[in-house]
Amino acid sequence: MESLNERLMSALQQVSGYIYPNEIELHWSLLIVIYPFITGLVAGAFILASLEKVFNVKELTPTYRFALLTALSFLFVAPLPLLAHLGHPLRSYEIFFTPNLSSAMAAFGFVYAWYLMAVLLLEVWFEFRKDLILWAREERGLIKWIHRALALFSTDVSEEAVRFDEKAAKIITVIGIPSAFLLHGYVGFIFGSIKANPWWSSVLIPIVFLASAIVSGIALVLILYTIVTLLRSEKIDMKCLDRLVEFLFYAVIIDFSLEVLDFIHRLYQSEDSIKILSQMVCNKLFVSLVIMQVLLGTVLPAIFLVFFRYSRFPEELRRLAYFISALLIEMGIFCTRWNVVIGGQLFSKSFRGLTVFKVEITGFEGILMSLALLALPFIILFVVLKILPPWRISSLPVDKN
Amino acid sequence: MKISENLSRREFMTRILDFAKKALIALPFVSGFGAVKAFTGGAFLKTAEAKELVAYDPSQHLYAMGVYIDRCIGCGMCARACKKENNVPQEPFYFRTWVERYQILKEDKTIVDSPNGGIDGFPETTNKADVLRSFFVPKLCNQCKNPPCVQVCPVGATYKTKDGVILIDDKYCIGCRYCIQACPYGARYLNPVTKTADKCTFCYHRVVKGMKPACVEVCPTQARVFGDLKSESSPMVRLERMNKIRVLKPDLNTEPKVYYVDLDGEVS
Repeated sequence: MESLNERLMSALQQVSGYIYPNEIELHWSLLIVIYPFITGLVAGAFILASLEKVFNVKELTPTYRFALLTALSFLFVAPLPLLAHLGHPLRSYEIFFTPNLSSAMAAFGFVYAWYLMAVLLLEVWFEFRKDLILWAREERGLIKWIHRALALFSTDVSEEAVRFDEKAAKIITVIGIPSAFLLHGYVGFIFGSIKANPWWSSVLIPIVFLASAIVSGIALVLILYTIVTLLRSEKIDMKCLDRLVEFLFYAVIIDFSLEVLDFIHRLYQSEDSIKILSQMVCNKLFVSLVIMQVLLGTVLPAIFLVFFRYSRFPEELRRLAYFISALLIEMGIFCTRWNVVIGGQLFSKSFRGLTVFKVEITGFEGILMSLALLALPFIILFVVLKILPPWRISSLPVDKN
Repeated sequence: MKISENLSRREFMTRILDFAKKALIALPFVSGFGAVKAFTGGAFLKTAEAKELVAYDPSQHLYAMGVYIDRCIGCGMCARACKKENNVPQEPFYFRTWVERYQILKEDKTIVDSPNGGIDGFPETTNKADVLRSFFVPKLCNQCKNPPCVQVCPVGATYKTKDGVILIDDKYCIGCRYCIQACPYGARYLNPVTKTADKCTFCYHRVVKGMKPACVEVCPTQARVFGDLKSESSPMVRLERMNKIRVLKPDLNTEPKVYYVDLDGEVS
């Protein structure tokens, strides 16, 4: 493994123009790319779930619980890249105990705790409580106790109690929508509030982050719903998939419009940083921004989605096209995060030079660690789906009053 | 020991001293020789330090640095002294202070460099005949009045002292590097040994004792000036009175306290 010094020395040789000497080390690397990617997936999946619950989009019912559990599984992993990135992870608790209230990052602990405890866990609990009790009644052994414990040993499945659950879940979703906006908008604010960095410093960044979060969340649920349904040898609800694709398309259009607006605004204002930013986009970020994010990750899948949504191709082909488009979109959103986080550090704050970023393979900030962190939510989701199968309907009826 | 009601002052003092003597003799047996050494030596040292600290009132000072651009010869002594004084890693990626060379060419092009922060001097890189003007710019933490690094630190490990210096508590910093991102001047780095953020402190350990920062002390041309803005006799006050001064990136409203005399508009 290359040592830090060797890596920095080789980066030093590849600097073009002038950068401040302390800027050779790129401070936020792959893990900080993954962090907004994962929180975006959480926020997006939750907002998708809320479409069914609050806005009564009935076609999306098959994905409602699924989206909730996806959001929950990814939320568990969201703080890990941050934690692994810290120079002193064991001091991280200080963010909770002695937060500096003027710091956007200090809000992380509270926003995260609020979203996990007050929104997602509560909503999942109210959504599954009735089923947990009914499942436990027909089960034996360990799983019975797991389900009883998860229901917090409540036993009331009267019609009145179930009505209350539904009402509670709905209220939590209503609170959850602004919370999801807060969660990801706040991640955008961490970057957008850095006035020293013209690539980040923009009021639009939190909104762009939100829009791209919704895109990534819907695409993720579409991908997972397709895979899991096929693995269960069940029939995919095509009406649901079509509706998902429609929402995905709207979200892509909003996200893309905002990004284009941001781009035109920068170009038109043409501030002192424009030269170096143009150089960066045309050289260092050309592949990841122009090709992967814009062409392959946005324009191509958007055309695919519209074309196949309104074509008369057989269902299987449409499903395949949707699936590939969603994968491309997901790749595009990952590139969006990459371009924001890494792009923001490739140019010098002296606006006179560009530096390089070399991805490590091993090590705490390496590709292997990143892949592990990206795989972890899927493993958690697998376990969660085993314990709380969203498609399982109890054969027992609820108790009559 | 029975304490009589009519204990005289002399008797009281004698008994106290007697008790102290016995306690000192008994102490090695109770807690070992090392403890006594720590008790005697350590206690005295602490008292001396405490006296010094009590004498120093940070609210009575406001430190700033001035740089005469035209006096800087780019010898790099300041950057070298800083690394020694503050135990900054020697590798060319970590600097509390560095010197930049600006070469403005006749063909409307500006070349900026700072090889190893200027520590090893500046080799000639351009044809002299092509250069319109050239100068050196020493850089360091600007000890801003509105420091973005302090604003963003999630745990308050970096803070502003009453005498206007921005410091970092390395026992408290979690190493998130947000402050490094927020500094517009590239003045911060992550110390690879402590894994915490680090930067110039105006040699705070020296200035509270009435000494100058190491870079100012070693500058052979007095290009760097250090002083207290609250003291009329300070060289900084004179610098402010006698010169046209500029700060770096004034549009960011950070209000730096490193003032440059005759700074060229090219400098960023």
